[in-house]
Amino acid sequence: MNLFKRYFIRRSEPAVGTDLVWTERDGSSKGMFFIRFKRHKLAVAGVFALCVIALCAVLAPFITAYAPTTVTDSFGEGPSWKHPLGTDLVGRDMLSRLIYAARVSLAVGIGAVAISAAIGTVLGLISGYVGGWIDGIIMRITDIFMSFPYIMLILVVSSIVGPGLLNIILILGVLGWPGVARLVRGNVLSIKQMDYVKASVVLGFRMPRILFQHILPNTVAPILIYATSGVALAILDEAALSFLGLGVQPPTPSWGNMLASAQSLTVLLSQSWLWLPPGVLIIITVLSINFIGDALRDTLDPKNNK
Amino acid sequence: MLNYVIRRILIAIPVLFGVTIINFIIMRMAPGSPIDMLVSPKLPAAAIEAKKVELGLNSPVYVQYYHWLKNLVLHGDLGYSMITYESVTKMIWSHMGPTVLLMGTSLILGVAIAIPLGVLSATRQYSKLDYTAMTGSFLGISVPSFFLGLGLIYIFSLQLHWLPSSGMTVLGGSGGVVDVLRHMILPVIVLTASVAGRNVRYVRSSMLEIMGQEYLRTARAKGLREFLVVNRHAMRNALIPIVTVLGMEIPILFGGAVVIEQIFSWPGIGQLTLSSIMSRDYSTIMGLNLVAAFVVILANLLTDVLYALVDPRIKYSYQGAAKS
Repeated sequence: MNLFKRYFIRRSEPAVGTDLVWTERDGSSKGMFFIRFKRHKLAVAGVFALCVIALCAVLAPFITAYAPTTVTDSFGEGPSWKHPLGTDLVGRDMLSRLIYAARVSLAVGIGAVAISAAIGTVLGLISGYVGGWIDGIIMRITDIFMSFPYIMLILVVSSIVGPGLLNIILILGVLGWPGVARLVRGNVLSIKQMDYVKASVVLGFRMPRILFQHILPNTVAPILIYATSGVALAILDEAALSFLGLGVQPPTPSWGNMLASAQSLTVLLSQSWLWLPPGVLIIITVLSINFIGDALRDTLDPKNNK
Repeated sequence: MLNYVIRRILIAIPVLFGVTIINFIIMRMAPGSPIDMLVSPKLPAAAIEAKKVELGLNSPVYVQYYHWLKNLVLHGDLGYSMITYESVTKMIWSHMGPTVLLMGTSLILGVAIAIPLGVLSATRQYSKLDYTAMTGSFLGISVPSFFLGLGLIYIFSLQLHWLPSSGMTVLGGSGGVVDVLRHMILPVIVLTASVAGRNVRYVRSSMLEIMGQEYLRTARAKGLREFLVVNRHAMRNALIPIVTVLGMEIPILFGGAVVIEQIFSWPGIGQLTLSSIMSRDYSTIMGLNLVAAFVVILANLLTDVLYALVDPRIKYSYQGAAKS
């Protein structure tokens, strides 16, 4: 958050004692950010939807009538007053499971992206700034990782280390960094040529200080945009993995493994309450995140001064 | 040009090498030794030891890697399945056709939808068509493919009874082109939706960037018709970056095939992958992974060369770099 703040504030505060050649547009950059962001109606709706889902996920134990693993006395029955969204084939309340599953999706999305963004940013910064043979090696490694079809590699690794929530987060996080690394490296290559970086070098600052205090804040926006779409992709990947039975394992609810029951044609045909709600929730969540990502791309682009 | 192609191939070689090393490491990390699969546990320890020596499992890892690589390069031999004892190379080869058919059709259809739609929505930015296309593209990237597949099966197979829900041909039927086509429709729709969804936005933003260029103003200023401005001057340049994006579609499609083939019981690479993962058939998994990685590297190489062909700037910048 600190970096985020700095990114916006440093653009609005002119250094003391300099003459402004042109005046800043009305208000601070932060204000501009919200004004621009609000223009994207769908993104605002996305923020709202995500807040509701996140709130439900956090407050899950207080707003659900049943624990996600409690077996009730009705099996695979349709919606009723007692179970607003029916019960699954084992007799667990669907609504409670859906709400608890939101925790899994959000944890996977945020956890995996946090890991891959951290690895990718550090490697990208080093690769772009140091250059030379270190750059060559890091870039060849990203090439190698990007050569494997992503889902296939995830499937193979998860079959070896075993399924489970924590493993999924780690796998998606550790395998997802090459994209971030390439993006950061590209940005560093151009920022490196800026005068203020040359000034820091001349001033004799150490490399970590230049990298993390001078270069990183100026490439936060693209990382943030990339990370947003990364969260959406991670949620989709988790759902696909759990759907195939290689992700989060059944007693723990996840939208993906709840959909797996629809692989049977009888469930698909006659018990739509078992597969429609989790699918719709995945779509709403991912769509919201993608809308937000798109709005961020528009509002954070420094070239865009509308 | 030749210079550039050679350089590009030279870069691909260490990557390919790294892919085989990582592949081998993952195979070694897999729990259980292949020896457990091959011999019965009743055999005396000495016999198992002898078998291990015979298979080279006692030699150091790098020697094992060397032998594995030698077999692969000289004979194209990926070893034998730990479960069915079939040749992995043969198994992959026999499952390749259906997947290529599915992926190829979806890629072509997806691009055929994405390019005109992207160009149209860029030329009519903020029109109704633009909003519709963008919403569609967001849906294309946000709806999980397996959910879309299930929905299509629900509507077209279970409710309307128009199309078959699984397999490539009717069981016991004569097969034939029409039969395969009918089975293809649903999975191709799912894959095409995601290909088109991803690429419409790339085409549109690439086109928008070009539309702001000075040389388009020049073209208009000399009185060229708008149709020619868009199709001759803008589109040609806008489509150059799309070549790279298409190269990136190949690994994504490979991954998508795993899920789609599972839902529609399509007898391709994806199903082979999933069934070998379920039965922990590591030699087959590794063979599949290697073939997939090889296809991806080849696709990247092709797109890079193609890129240089359509965009002369790349070629010249490389020549400049070579001289300096």
